[in-house]
Amino acid sequence: MIVPLEHVLIFAAAMFFIGLAAVVARRNLIMILLGVEVMLNAAGVAFVGGALRWWALEGQAVVLFIMGVAAAEIAVGLTLVVYAWRRTGNLSPDAFDRLKG
Amino acid sequence: MSFFAILFYALAAATLVCTVMAVTRRILMHAVVWMVAALIGTALIFLLLGAPLLAGFEVIVYAGAIMVLFLFVVMLMRQDPNEPERVEAMLQWRLARRLFWPSVLGIVALIGCVSLLSFDPANRTPLPLAHASPHDLGAWVFTNAWPAVEAVSLLLFAALAGARFLGMPLVRGDRGPGAPKDAPNIGPEVKRG
Repeated sequence: MIVPLEHVLIFAAAMFFIGLAAVVARRNLIMILLGVEVMLNAAGVAFVGGALRWWALEGQAVVLFIMGVAAAEIAVGLTLVVYAWRRTGNLSPDAFDRLKG
Repeated sequence: MSFFAILFYALAAATLVCTVMAVTRRILMHAVVWMVAALIGTALIFLLLGAPLLAGFEVIVYAGAIMVLFLFVVMLMRQDPNEPERVEAMLQWRLARRLFWPSVLGIVALIGCVSLLSFDPANRTPLPLAHASPHDLGAWVFTNAWPAVEAVSLLLFAALAGARFLGMPLVRGDRGPGAPKDAPNIGPEVKRG
């Protein structure tokens, strides 16, 4: 016997909000990507808890796909960060505004 | 409270502390190291919740590959540790204010979701100790979800092509006006086209 599903969900929600706060409050592209990673990870914890609760492998399979998508997202995201840094010379998301009207 | 419950709470607390430390560090290198600790904590939670294959992948893919990618980029940037994050005055608070109502509604939805789940007494009883063997999960994925596997592999290929394209050297004179003169190009400058 471990813990009720509620506690797993509360833990996942706390982690998700930490990630969200990082995305909203940090003004550094790399830290924003790190926040996105935290959020994806929190979603994974909720899915694994659900898989154990409802005795279904779907939950674990979804986490497998989340990992694949996160790897792709981070590869493109970090390349974009490097690109923005080469264009603007700093890591602030506000500096890269060439498309601004 | 059983031994496994105590183990879960300890791991959850450690993971949350590591995550908070990771997202609040000013030096990016420290943030990445804290994040690796948080991901290993998450991997142990996966193991506890009966997903040994995912625990392994969490360490290999997340803590291994993705965080090493972060480390490479951080090392590439050569950030001055004493330089504060460039913040335009009050900008982040304006952003936060715009996100206030969405956050409130999200929290309300979350509370509703958790209370809805706790109507079912089965959700309040502790989860059983069980695990899905890597063999079972792999067999399930490749029998029932193989199109998704193909889709993810296509996505990874598209990401590879996109990263390769964005990583091409800048054309001379194609730098933005804000770029300092000594910002090095990565790779040789070549004329394109």
